[in-house]
Amino acid sequence: MSAITANHPKLFHRAGQPAELLIREAHVLDPRTGLDEARDILIRDGRIAELAPPGTLSAPSGAPTVEAAGKHVFPAFVDPHVHLRTPGQEYKENIDTGTMAAAVGGFCQVIAMPNTAPTIDQVSVLAAVVATAGEQARVPTGFLASITVGLQGSELTEMAALADGGALGFTDDGKPVTSAGVLRKALQYQRLAGGVIALHEEDPALSGDGVMHEGAVSTRLGVAGIPSISESTYVARDAAIARYEGARVHFQHLSSAESVQALAAAREGGARVSGEATPHHLTLTDEAVLGLDSNLKMNPPLRAEADRQAVIEGLRSGVIECIATDHAPHARHEKEMPFELAPMGTTGLETSFASIYTELVRPGVLPLSLVVERITAGGALYGLPIPKIAVDEPANVVLVNLERDWVVGEGGYASRSENCCFRGRRLSGIVELTVAAGTLVFASRGSSIATPTEVA
Amino acid sequence: MSCHLITIDDLDRAGIERILARAQSFAEVSGREIKKVPALKGRTVVNLFYESSTRTSSSFELAAKRLSADVVSIRSAGSAVDKGESLRDTVQTLSAYDPAAIVIRSPYAGAAQQVAGWTDAAVINAGDGKHEHPTQALLDVFTLKQRLGTLDGLNIWIVGDVLHSRVARSDIHAFQRMGAKVTVAGPPTLIPRDIEALGCAATASLQDLHEADVVYVLRMQNERMHEAYVPSLREYIQRYQVNLPRLRAGQLLMHPGPVNRGVELSADAIDSDVALIGAQVKSGVAVRMAVLYDLLVGAPALQAVA
Repeated sequence: MSAITANHPKLFHRAGQPAELLIREAHVLDPRTGLDEARDILIRDGRIAELAPPGTLSAPSGAPTVEAAGKHVFPAFVDPHVHLRTPGQEYKENIDTGTMAAAVGGFCQVIAMPNTAPTIDQVSVLAAVVATAGEQARVPTGFLASITVGLQGSELTEMAALADGGALGFTDDGKPVTSAGVLRKALQYQRLAGGVIALHEEDPALSGDGVMHEGAVSTRLGVAGIPSISESTYVARDAAIARYEGARVHFQHLSSAESVQALAAAREGGARVSGEATPHHLTLTDEAVLGLDSNLKMNPPLRAEADRQAVIEGLRSGVIECIATDHAPHARHEKEMPFELAPMGTTGLETSFASIYTELVRPGVLPLSLVVERITAGGALYGLPIPKIAVDEPANVVLVNLERDWVVGEGGYASRSENCCFRGRRLSGIVELTVAAGTLVFASRGSSIATPTEVA
Repeated sequence: MSCHLITIDDLDRAGIERILARAQSFAEVSGREIKKVPALKGRTVVNLFYESSTRTSSSFELAAKRLSADVVSIRSAGSAVDKGESLRDTVQTLSAYDPAAIVIRSPYAGAAQQVAGWTDAAVINAGDGKHEHPTQALLDVFTLKQRLGTLDGLNIWIVGDVLHSRVARSDIHAFQRMGAKVTVAGPPTLIPRDIEALGCAATASLQDLHEADVVYVLRMQNERMHEAYVPSLREYIQRYQVNLPRLRAGQLLMHPGPVNRGVELSADAIDSDVALIGAQVKSGVAVRMAVLYDLLVGAPALQAVA
């Protein structure tokens, strides 16, 4: 009996026991196969062995049964943007805790950013983190390498060697590539190295020392603002360069109405561009920052309601094709600084689906099937297989109880850090079970299923 | 009221009036030869100033002493210890002395709010970054009420670098809450975006300054020139300096201090009898006594001590 691999040479995780499991009478929703009705799902040897009308299957001896009537099964989620803080900042997060948070949030694939200490900008660093993932990662994990050495924005990394060494693509995330000339060379070099180039868009001449969205709230609070145009002007600039070079770029964590417009216009003009939106930009605005709680400080910042609406509309129309958390853990002592000094970032893996379900699906803003499609789409743009619920597919499924409410943080976090922008909020929809690459990686307490990663 | 004074929004109009009524009584005490009352005898007030300040720190110190409190003043302006971590440690250390109140001045927005979460003492914000300076707003309202009786219907212009001014933020709210209409005027680079959302009007020109009953001038810091907010001191003076030719008879002039003579205000305007700048400083002690009293002693009628 061989362990199911992640089905991709650039995804890394520790070996797990192939799952043997019957999920009975769950409502199964997979927007890509069109399945949207109650089913029994039998998982054998880590693969989906049977999909049958509800109540018709029984578990083979030794395999546990999960009674899931009234609950939902989706293809497990994919997060193309997380910070696992390894190497060098393991006091914030490590691959074990970060991928545990992913499992708790229902994810079966995550892609980690290279702004670590040291930066993942050379093959030896990448090899080390890949090896660690092979020992520790609870869900298949991919890595991006940096575009420039040390994220300094001047010298290109050995992109081809890094791609051969396992990098799915390249990004200087956390920082923009300010020099249009350097970015252009990276995009030219992409023809050799392959790999999507993902961009954190922010013109530092416009964002300056800003710490939150520039608008009525920053004015009220007297803190320096980050104007929405600091993002959108770079989206427009870099889309133009990408189009000129025929390159493939991905815009990370789009936050403003102008950026969504710029992305739509670029695509209309023939550029090969894609975009992602975060749960926090989809559900919160700068009004939430009025209390100067540093857990609500992130980059790009929470913006105005019109921006939030534009990002939602972008996600609905497909201009933005995927949801990404930008899970960015920071230690308590760092976030306890005054707002202007605290580091930017919020955790997001454990609240991603529930925050969007609560704020957008329940009120009828977005259909559930669309959200499931977008929250599973983030790996495909880097060439990763999309989790599907179909017979013979590797089991990548999540069981969610949409009826159960929970308060964020009340039961602690699987992440090593607790800087969650949704802390204290009551959310609907809780993950009860996650199977990733054929292995049961999370089962909530009370599910009566033995699992190595049971948490409160 | 709440047990802290963090922003001017902690006070409704009735709360402001209550504090100002007490300040009036304390102002009378300050007119006596023996200026002390025993209201806070045996209690401790800590002044924690992480930014240089002359008038605010001295007036809080004097206010606490005139209420007979024991006063500890800690200054670490510009020092590297002014980081959140050590702020928490400092506050928890000082809290071991069981202070009744902590008065905090910090270069960072939200610092007073954070301190309130780390101590049982009443916290008074003596200025947090460019966010708020609520006791300055109270003393400004007090000064105007002493002179004019009421702020209802007054037209108040706040002129200068609004972007970097915590005084402006607190005053815009306090003046409006007391019934005045507020207009901010200054270089467009120094008027923050969407300032109208605070309820005031905004303009880049002093052309209609004659409409103002009160002209409140903000300090113009020299470094703003280097940061390219304004092209030159000369142009700033030409367009925005408040001087006697720009003022009409009957207008009153205010400034939170310290003044850059000859920059935002001309020397003759500062020294003219329409300037309330000295009265503002004088009001500071009585108003801060009233704030300490209101937070630490509370509702009982003031006559008992005054």
